[in-house]
Amino acid sequence: MSSVIRVENVSKRYRLGMINRQMLYKDLQSRWARWRGQTDPNSLLTEQSNQASTNGEIWALKDIDFEIAEGEVVGIIGRNGSGKSTLLKILSQITAPTSGRVLLKGRVASLLEVGTGFHPELSGRDNIYLNGSILGMRRQEISHKFDEIVAFSEVAQFIDTPVKRYSSGMYMRLAFAVAAHLDPEILLVDEVLAVGDAEFQEKCLGKMNEVARGGKTVIFVSHNMGAVSALTSTCLHLQKGHLEDRGPTSQVVERYLNAAAAQHSSGKSTDLSFYRRGSIAESPAYLSRILVNGSQPGNAAVDLHGSLTIHLEINVLQALRSAFICFTIKDQKAEPITTIFSWDQNFLLTLQPGIHLIEMKVDHIPFSPGYYYCDVGISRAVNAASADVIQNFPLFHVVNTGQVTHWTERPWGKVYCHGVQWSVLHNTACPS
Amino acid sequence: MNKSILPKTPSEDLGQWSTIITPHRGWLEVRWRELWQYRDLIYLFVRRDFVGTYKQTVLGPIWFFLQPIFTTIVFTVVFGKIAKISTDALPPPLFYLSGIVMWQYFADCLNKTSSTFTANAGIFGKVYFPRLVVPISTVITSLITFAIQFALFLSLLIFFKIQGAPVHPNYRIIILPFLLLMMASLGLGVGCLVSSLTTRYRDLAVAVGFGVQLWMYASAVVYPLSEIPAEWRWLLVLNPMVPIIESFRFAFLGSGVVEIWQIAMGAGVCLLVLLSGILTFNHVEKTFSDTV
Repeated sequence: MSSVIRVENVSKRYRLGMINRQMLYKDLQSRWARWRGQTDPNSLLTEQSNQASTNGEIWALKDIDFEIAEGEVVGIIGRNGSGKSTLLKILSQITAPTSGRVLLKGRVASLLEVGTGFHPELSGRDNIYLNGSILGMRRQEISHKFDEIVAFSEVAQFIDTPVKRYSSGMYMRLAFAVAAHLDPEILLVDEVLAVGDAEFQEKCLGKMNEVARGGKTVIFVSHNMGAVSALTSTCLHLQKGHLEDRGPTSQVVERYLNAAAAQHSSGKSTDLSFYRRGSIAESPAYLSRILVNGSQPGNAAVDLHGSLTIHLEINVLQALRSAFICFTIKDQKAEPITTIFSWDQNFLLTLQPGIHLIEMKVDHIPFSPGYYYCDVGISRAVNAASADVIQNFPLFHVVNTGQVTHWTERPWGKVYCHGVQWSVLHNTACPS
Repeated sequence: MNKSILPKTPSEDLGQWSTIITPHRGWLEVRWRELWQYRDLIYLFVRRDFVGTYKQTVLGPIWFFLQPIFTTIVFTVVFGKIAKISTDALPPPLFYLSGIVMWQYFADCLNKTSSTFTANAGIFGKVYFPRLVVPISTVITSLITFAIQFALFLSLLIFFKIQGAPVHPNYRIIILPFLLLMMASLGLGVGCLVSSLTTRYRDLAVAVGFGVQLWMYASAVVYPLSEIPAEWRWLLVLNPMVPIIESFRFAFLGSGVVEIWQIAMGAGVCLLVLLSGILTFNHVEKTFSDTV
């Protein structure tokens, strides 16, 4: 099959100084100082250059080279700062690469956000037209699909009401409905699915699946391994701006998670920011540490059917009221196994600013031997934006303490049942 | 930097690709066709800004009247009564209002387009469309304000005409669309230049408001061109706003010293500024999101 996206040796450099020097007088000041042979009064004194930054430069992407065939559905995974978003921005022409070239075939639609350009004073109808044409549709085309879009959004009766009066759910549905009817040849999607309630997310995933099955080429960037696994067939893994891995999604995701765990247990990275979804710049609270059974996670070993004690250190910046914790345990393929939701135990957090330690105890863990990961979220209310979300954090591995005696490398099943008894009941037929 | 970025097969035909993204765009490589494809978006942006302005504030439309009326009163008192600057024998309110209405359209175009990148950083960072769509729609939206203020001017003109004032509107008023086109080009051109520079230098945005004000005093708004000694007029006429405002007064009020070559030169300057503005804008639009 012919390729519709070809990325050739693409690199992207950011200059740190570019962001800091934005005043004409400062530029003149620097030039004047250099001309007189003095040190630049505006040069940045950086003591720690933690990334591959020399002379205030960061290569967000370095020599990325790949091709994507028509109809392929590709996921892009990687930690924060690995260059995923930069790659997507280059593909959608929001910014230009520093070197290299990208070739695209067909109409490209990028969904880096839903509802871009929505105007609160305009009616739903007007916003469909506005948003649609921002995304690249012609007016005639929107008119043609208008009824379909309205039906999909389920806000038909409010279509002539200004969107400022919409609930956030209605707003999201309308915005996504427009995007879903773009009908491009190439669709680029960033984590738009991270917002909205479960029902909405399901609808989005369903629609994207439909687009993908319709023979369209889709690139999907996400932290959500479950969504990536469900939607995509092949996957690219970016690490520090390099293309680290590429292949069938299930294999890439597994290698990605294992690498994370390996890195973790070797003590290289216990920094939660690697696993953080989005930014905590404006969050009222964030997780600063996670401990498993009193030790560092990742290398924590839990006995088969052993108990689990999790300590979460939360740094509260603005007082929290009735917040809750959502804790999902996932397997090596990032499939969720169970979700512990503190509200079920009527455990709501009302905390003053400061550092707090939360303890969660689970009597026994019925998981089969293997490695496990978790997603942890702190939220203030259902459907509200989460204060902080940690994803695919390597949590522990369950060790066989003698219960599993035969065929220890069994490939299926994540749950190991407790208290199994076998017996032969003689001369008795099954009760009918 | 890696220089081996040649196509894998050098002889390959690139025509089969519909989009080619490269690090830099040539100075002259303006994608006119793409801009044309997005003409619906221009219309929708104009509509959005229009509806937005009217719905958000009750004072919105009234403000469009108050602003020129009060400025006219102040100018009449300060420049007419106190400084006693000539108004070419025209009724002072009419003389000042004509200058203000024209100047206001140009100033509006310039002020609004000069903040294009900073004001739209949110949208520009999330979706691609030809960025020129925004300043072009701004210039069109400003026409609505102009129409309202122009109507005010016309009513005042009719009022003075009935009173028997020495004003002589003549057939030359057909030049108005051309004058508007000149002002739109000039405002768009300067605005594009400024907004391209503000992506690098934020403090320029502060200078714009001040600069526009100074520019007004060099634009025959508060004095007629006839007040300037004839041997120096050529210098003032380098500023296209001077022949534009003079022509407007000449056509609608029947008084002025503007000549055809001055209008032609003004048009030339406008075109030059417009082109350099668009080319600069086009050049920075690819990487602006890294700096804003």
